[in-house]
Amino acid sequence: MSEERIFSLGNRWFTWSVGAVVAVALLGAMVAFVWLPRTHAQATLASLWDAICSAAGAPAPFQGAALPGPGQRNPTGVIVSATMMGPSEANSIGNGATLAMSCTMCHGARGTSPAGTPHLAGQPASGTYKQLRDFASGHRPSAIMQPLVMSLSDQDMRDLAVYYASLERERIDAVEPSDTDTPRLVRNGDPMRAIGACSSCHSPHAGRPATPVLEGLSEIYLRDQLAAFRDGRRSNDINRQMRNAVQALSDQEIAELSRYYASR
Amino acid sequence: MLAHFWVAFAAFFAALLLGEWQMYIRSPLRDWIGNPELYYRAVTAHGTAMGYVFPTLVAMGFGYAIVELSLRQAIVGRRWAWLGFWLVVLGTVTAMIPVSMGLATVLYTFYPPLIGNPFYYIGVVLVVVGSWIWVALMSVNLSVWRKANPGATVPLPMFANLAGAYLWAWTSLGAAIEILFQILPVALGFRHTIDAGLARVFFSWTLHAIVYFWLMPAYIAFYTLVPRAIGGRLYSDKMARISFVLFLVFSMPIGIHHLFQDPQVGSGVKFMHAVFTAMVSVPTLLTIFTITASVEIVGRLRGGVGPFGWLKKLPWQNPMMLAVAFSFILLGFGGAGGLINMSYQLDFAVHNTQWITGHFHLIFGGAIVIMYFALAYDLWPHLTGRALAAGRLMRIQLWTWFIGMIVLTFPWHVVGILGMPRRMAYFDYGHPALTPQAVTVIITFFGGLILVFSGLLFILVLMQGHRGAPARLPAFAFARPVHEGGRLPAALNGYALWLSLMIGLSVVNYGYPIVQLMALEQTSVPAVPVGERP
Repeated sequence: MSEERIFSLGNRWFTWSVGAVVAVALLGAMVAFVWLPRTHAQATLASLWDAICSAAGAPAPFQGAALPGPGQRNPTGVIVSATMMGPSEANSIGNGATLAMSCTMCHGARGTSPAGTPHLAGQPASGTYKQLRDFASGHRPSAIMQPLVMSLSDQDMRDLAVYYASLERERIDAVEPSDTDTPRLVRNGDPMRAIGACSSCHSPHAGRPATPVLEGLSEIYLRDQLAAFRDGRRSNDINRQMRNAVQALSDQEIAELSRYYASR
Repeated sequence: MLAHFWVAFAAFFAALLLGEWQMYIRSPLRDWIGNPELYYRAVTAHGTAMGYVFPTLVAMGFGYAIVELSLRQAIVGRRWAWLGFWLVVLGTVTAMIPVSMGLATVLYTFYPPLIGNPFYYIGVVLVVVGSWIWVALMSVNLSVWRKANPGATVPLPMFANLAGAYLWAWTSLGAAIEILFQILPVALGFRHTIDAGLARVFFSWTLHAIVYFWLMPAYIAFYTLVPRAIGGRLYSDKMARISFVLFLVFSMPIGIHHLFQDPQVGSGVKFMHAVFTAMVSVPTLLTIFTITASVEIVGRLRGGVGPFGWLKKLPWQNPMMLAVAFSFILLGFGGAGGLINMSYQLDFAVHNTQWITGHFHLIFGGAIVIMYFALAYDLWPHLTGRALAAGRLMRIQLWTWFIGMIVLTFPWHVVGILGMPRRMAYFDYGHPALTPQAVTVIITFFGGLILVFSGLLFILVLMQGHRGAPARLPAFAFARPVHEGGRLPAALNGYALWLSLMIGLSVVNYGYPIVQLMALEQTSVPAVPVGERP
């Protein structure tokens, strides 16, 4: 027995035990470092090497979810804060009313439009102002809006925003009594899919800066914007909030939400 | 050997009383303890005595007994053995003094950045160094035997004993590195920061395999004492050896599953550790199969028929039979809980809850300690030269331990799922969420009371053995396999292959996280001294 060499390819105890351990290790490593990270991260991992590094816990440069990555542009050029608009003055509203004459074709004479464009009357001034700035800077691409806002100064945009905020929202359609309850996504969101409740930001009482009121907006417009956030066509949301919120929504859920908000 | 066992059992009994006291002050049976610090002192002492001192001394004492009884040679290096023993005793005292003074309430897992009095760590190091002397002596004794018996097959008890010794030598290295290079410099005041993430990785190196070191004497008893004690033979000697070498290969490199909820280690590394943790179930299941087969042979030889008829014919009056049955049942429950802890997702729900306390008390306090009792009962007459006659008392002792352990641990599992945290000095039972859970803490208190009674009986039985009449005993024999002789492959008669695999797998599983954490800068945090006013 003492002549039997253990560390030899002829010894099946050696070949089998080492082979089995190596096989288990390789299989485990494939699952741990390649399959699981790619499955969990879906398409956000660019390469196999990224997957391996992420599973190994290799330190990556810290990047807050709020900030664009290196080489990416900012989602908006506007620094949004609670005090970004300042107090609205009568002069400012008047100037805004004058400038708004050229907006009536699409947004209606009093900021409420049947044309499928968003209603601006009663929207928070910070929201309208930010969108105007984003159209001008190209952060929110639009073939129609961009040329129209290019000639506006920063003050013009502020004046337009406070003018529309000063208008009272009117109903343009007769609201049919809703036969559905408030969707769960609006009330509770879906924590298992990391979707916050819509109402936590978009409730008229929340009063968040730069956050539009959705009630009564055109159903077609809402559906298109939700889909645009989901598909990456629109990306001027701060902290990727809207893109994160809608990325897991199905077409049916988008339709349901749009119908719900449009009917209110 | 007797000295090892007596010190081990004394530490065990003192720690048992501390454990029961902890159950009492946490229960609604009394007011909140005025100073929670006292509770954490008791937990540190309980854990240190039960986790390090008790099993280490049992493994050492049993190891020396195996050398004499299975190799049939006098222990080579007796003086060294005594030195090892006294180092363990000295280490225990050195560690316990600062704990009892409240200067080292860091719990037995150390938990950096908590830093206690340096003497606590020095004491733990002395215990480990003492046990390393035992590891070296086991190896030396085997090589002396090999020289005297060239080409002979190493007896199974000694082969298994060496598995335990080598496992311990390699696994204790992690905690030793952590204490010597990370904790002691801070405890002694040379440094003021510690890399807690790296320290935990090193500790996890020790943390899980240490359980298998605790298990080894119990497994050796399963394979080499149980079949003989109940009048049968071991089903397969080869299967036993395969189980022991698989423990060596797989139990060592898997500890990072203890850090599932810690952020420092990457998820892929954690998954690898989960895979190898699952592999540990292979030798466990092999053991269950082999020992059950050995026991079934006994039942059938005694006239048992049919799929379960042999169970009735088993010698249930025999303490060893009771012990192995209880041990398997507790191992089954504890093992099932362990599989849940092993799963990354499920562990998230039970981490840091009483579930974990329930799990490791079932495995260590249940499956392992009950076999320590049985092996002490089996060895005692041969160590003392006196008969151990109290069969009825032994059975009552084993029954009460079994029942007490179930009453203690099952409620922990239940409230663990409900989210009751562990390591709490007291709970606010007035809180609406906790009020319904208060009854479980009372139940565990009574479970602990049963265990204290059982522990007391155990000590009494052993003391009675010392006062018993001197007896002429037949020569001690270990269990013989069903098929004796035959050719044994060299791989199952030595450790070269298995130690290489163990080390290789450890490097694969621990190499990257350790190097990565060592290379990262700015990972150290300020140490938090224990026992001083901040």
